[in-house]
Amino acid sequence: MTTLTDPPKESFRPSMLLSDTRYRSITFQVIALVLLIAAIWYLGSNLAANLRAAGLNISFQFLNNPAGYDINQTLIPYTSQSSNLQAAWVGIINTLLVSFLACITATIFGVIAGVLRLSNNWLVRKLMAGYVEIFRNIPVLIWILIIYTIMTAAMPAPSAFRGDDPASSMMLGSFAFTNRGVYIPGPIWGPGSTIVVATFVASVIGVFAYRRYATKLLYDTGRLLPMLWPSVVILLVPTIVMFFFLGMPIGLDYPALKGFNFRGGIQIGAPLIALWFALSIYTGAFIAENVRAGIQAVSKGQTEAAAALGLRSGRIMNLVVLPQALRVIIPPLISNYLNITKNSSLAILVGYADITATLGGITLNQTGRAIECVVLLMLFYLVISLGISMVMNVYNNATKLKER
Amino acid sequence: MSDTHAESIAFVRESSLPPAAPPEKVGGPFKWVKDNLFPTWANAILTIVALYFLYLLLSGSLPWLLNGVWNASSLSECREILDGATGACFSVISERWHQLLFGFKYPSDQYWRPTLALVLLFLAVAPVLFIDLPRKLLIFTGIYPFLAFWLIWGGPIWGPVFALLGVIVGYMVYARLVHNSFAKALAGGIVAAAIVWYVGGIIGDALRPARPLLEAVPSRDLGGFMLNMMLGITCVSLSLPIGIALALGRQSHLPIVKGICVVFIEFVRGVPLITLLFVANVMLAYFFPPGSGVDLFIRVVIMITMFSSAYIAEVIRGGLAALPKGQYEAADSLGLDYPQAMRLIILPQALKISIPGIVNIAVGLFKDTTLVSVISLFDIIGMIRGPILASTDWNGVYWELFLFASVLFFIVCYGISQYSQWLERRLATDHR
Repeated sequence: MTTLTDPPKESFRPSMLLSDTRYRSITFQVIALVLLIAAIWYLGSNLAANLRAAGLNISFQFLNNPAGYDINQTLIPYTSQSSNLQAAWVGIINTLLVSFLACITATIFGVIAGVLRLSNNWLVRKLMAGYVEIFRNIPVLIWILIIYTIMTAAMPAPSAFRGDDPASSMMLGSFAFTNRGVYIPGPIWGPGSTIVVATFVASVIGVFAYRRYATKLLYDTGRLLPMLWPSVVILLVPTIVMFFFLGMPIGLDYPALKGFNFRGGIQIGAPLIALWFALSIYTGAFIAENVRAGIQAVSKGQTEAAAALGLRSGRIMNLVVLPQALRVIIPPLISNYLNITKNSSLAILVGYADITATLGGITLNQTGRAIECVVLLMLFYLVISLGISMVMNVYNNATKLKER
Repeated sequence: MSDTHAESIAFVRESSLPPAAPPEKVGGPFKWVKDNLFPTWANAILTIVALYFLYLLLSGSLPWLLNGVWNASSLSECREILDGATGACFSVISERWHQLLFGFKYPSDQYWRPTLALVLLFLAVAPVLFIDLPRKLLIFTGIYPFLAFWLIWGGPIWGPVFALLGVIVGYMVYARLVHNSFAKALAGGIVAAAIVWYVGGIIGDALRPARPLLEAVPSRDLGGFMLNMMLGITCVSLSLPIGIALALGRQSHLPIVKGICVVFIEFVRGVPLITLLFVANVMLAYFFPPGSGVDLFIRVVIMITMFSSAYIAEVIRGGLAALPKGQYEAADSLGLDYPQAMRLIILPQALKISIPGIVNIAVGLFKDTTLVSVISLFDIIGMIRGPILASTDWNGVYWELFLFASVLFFIVCYGISQYSQWLERRLATDHR
């Protein structure tokens, strides 16, 4: 006869910290934590000792002191008497401005090049492959310098526009390309212009409402309403009618040569143009590859199935191929936007006053507050990056293939 | 029976027809042009636009390129030779060749040292790149970093020798213990290497020769394209093991280890490289013990390595996630412990999947080494923007210099990406 007994209860031995998987994970984590704390303590004590030796302290008071330098391109009020904090804001807005502009143009370049790379025209295909390879394999910093040099060394000076028989003339009479930047006509907002703008915004909403209604009607009853020309009419006609009804309240301010430089209109400085164009054409090459990969990722069977259902080629693209391709294209596209934002920090090379050039450049050098400036700079980029990756995660979860 | 049909067939041809002309020739250049360039009207217009664009590009650049002047000592002399004609002034490249490649402070009688290091580099990476070469060559790959360090920096030979000795002793200890336990072997190897380095440091100080075999070159004298190559190669090879460790840490089930890795990776990936270089330039010195005086080159290497290891970690994490779960379970069911499973089963497959991603990161990183010119290191861009364009002889020669730098980068980066595509085909095991 046998009796069942409990197995002998194991008592805890120190060697089990390494050999028993139940305890080993705790051991490793404690070791990691101790190492981390030791490293932080070591670096921190070094920092404290070095700061003491140099007679420095960590303080953010300098942000309120006058900056004392001028910035040539600002979107918000700024003078050299403004605070360092205001200079940093100018920089942040300039960073966001150039990133936003470059994201739009890079997408346009990238989509065009990516679609043309799949064209059945041999010459166009090879040209686009050449564009992608050349721009992807040469550092963006060289591209920024090359385009900046084109802008400053190869463009005529404003004085070339002077005289009865000038060496250069304005394009279409209103655009001036000079080595100080590009001058374009700017709008003059007269009385009543808000009503025109409001009408335009309302028309945009109206277009979306019409398209939704047409889609709903199609799904409910099968009736197909025309899409293109009603959209154009809704978009443009009310605004144009209102514009002339109110007596043309919005005018254009043309740039004109006065003294040594152009006055009037909007000046886009050479550094902004160089940075904008270089970032968009460089990142456009990367986006082109993403677009190509996305379109090729849609299997041929999808196109054939759609054709078997009797869809026309335009509809196959819109209803079958694009929605599936976009699922593949958009995540790398967003990370390319993130790269544009981060690469815009190269503005410091061409003297565009972005956050790296103001806070991390001139303010840092004038105040000597290296640690504070660099930490704030990193914090700004970190906030942007984490914000964008949060958006990307939401998108990825929303478009995840729902299987089973 | 045949005559029953005799009346039903009204007519039988008695002579044969003349042979028809052969069908229009299919193939040949004409058909190719028609199919590939002018298949439809829209396509024909596209072709013509592309041809016109190509014509503009070539007519603008070819005279400039072909009419280039290669032997002049300054821009004004170059313009005299050209005498108003369009032409490039490539003589800036031939005259400043050494400055562009080695920087302006590297001792000019020692240029053979970095050149030899570059030649040996090809020998050292060959067995890594081409798996068909004899494995014995890997021994030279192991020695190469120490040899290259000695060749480029010069100074007493004892430093690199003892560093190499430490690595060898550490590896031997590791190899003896690894069958027993990976963790113990790793710890033992590191401790053994550290002991050898410490003892070697003392011996090396005692043996310091009055005049070293190779003249010592301080790292602030390095420059030119050599600096880009050195930063690129050093940082990529250092960041591979760190990236693997970070990726494994991020996949781990231990919350503290995972947390540390996630925070590190997301932080580094969230900031531009240039801010990390600012850290290297103005901030990192504060974190070293007072008076240690770590030079700028090392600080830059530390920050770029951190940067690229975070990106490589993400690529490898992708590779780890792409492996089917069955591989992990198979390793477990064989009774392998975690280090064995990783070394023998998981990592070889995951790394193979990650090769294209890793190569992309390497190419990107190599291009990003030009950013060091912003913190006043004289890499090739720093040389062009600084000493060369600022000199009175060559003030205003932009295009030739930028073209030269672009061509160098293009050759290296395009070469690497072509290699990676070849390797992908070579390693493809899915028999499609």
